[in-house]
Amino acid sequence: MTFINYAAKEINCKIVYYGPGLGGKTTNLQYIYSKTSPEAKGKMISLATETDRTLFFDFLPLDLGTIRGFTTRFHLYTVPGQVFYDASRKLILKGADGVIFVADSQKERMESNVESIRNLETNLKQHGLDLAVLPYALQFNKRDLANAMPTDELYRVLNYKREPTFEAIAPNGKGVFDTLKSVAKQILVELRKR
Amino acid sequence: MASMDLVLYEEEIHLLEEVLQRLRHDSNARAVFLIDKNGQQMASEGEIENFDTTSLASLTAGNVAATDSLARLIGEREFSVLFHEGERDHIHISIVGKRAILLVIFDERSSLGLVRLRVKRASGEFDKIFETMAEKATAGTRNAGAVPTPFSEITDDDIDALFSD
Repeated sequence: MTFINYAAKEINCKIVYYGPGLGGKTTNLQYIYSKTSPEAKGKMISLATETDRTLFFDFLPLDLGTIRGFTTRFHLYTVPGQVFYDASRKLILKGADGVIFVADSQKERMESNVESIRNLETNLKQHGLDLAVLPYALQFNKRDLANAMPTDELYRVLNYKREPTFEAIAPNGKGVFDTLKSVAKQILVELRKR
Repeated sequence: MASMDLVLYEEEIHLLEEVLQRLRHDSNARAVFLIDKNGQQMASEGEIENFDTTSLASLTAGNVAATDSLARLIGEREFSVLFHEGERDHIHISIVGKRAILLVIFDERSSLGLVRLRVKRASGEFDKIFETMAEKATAGTRNAGAVPTPFSEITDDDIDALFSD
């Protein structure tokens, strides 16, 4: 749900990072935070457990600049990936303008990836959102690990609608901004259509 | 999905701000915020420079969303009022006009009773403004295409320029 404030001349959009537990959603946000100039970002909030697992969500507000005189602001959220936090995941998806799915490339995590995409589809439906039309990108994270599956195999199983797909190594930033830009662009293109 | 967008025009913002100003004054609050249920700040009044308003809006919406789910788990529709008591400052949260959250931050210069009373009065005024906004939005959807929005003119170059560095 894009929020357009004509008085303040602002466009606010919400992007949600989704995916299985320990897949690197929070690391994506941490990298973006570390590489963004102070004037373009707000405080990053992480509601995490004592062992740094996401408990509720991470939140990072980003200011991308102006478009047609309107300040363009993106609110980035991550969901908790662990299966039993489904109630919280559902809440975070509310009002999402776009979703980035962070898949774990490791062979052992394939089943969790598949389960998480199904869960995403179900939870979006409950908010009246359809993954088939929502701005969406797929990220294959952890490409540097020895047990990472070949990307064509990952694509064959995880591709949902020929969405833009990116290889990533989130801790060093590979693919992180490309994935974000892809979804941000799709959201702005959607806005133009309205 | 267009119908789900929240669009606020200057005239509406002014109406909302007027009610917020009155509420802050009458309740002796430090600051008052109107936040969309998805975590976007719509309007605010008072000592806002002392707060990280973006984080405040996002966390408040998360708090309300979590509490709503808790309510449903025990068979309640919602908990319409939340109150957090601190040593010096306190937070009063309530739902107004079905889609917005009213957040009041107050200290010893006010009291929970006074805040509750004034919030109740302001809620009625917000409800009316939101009803008018909803009617306007429905009419706008019916006339969609008649008046182009500034965003219909966004070019690929405009979008690329945002990501140039």
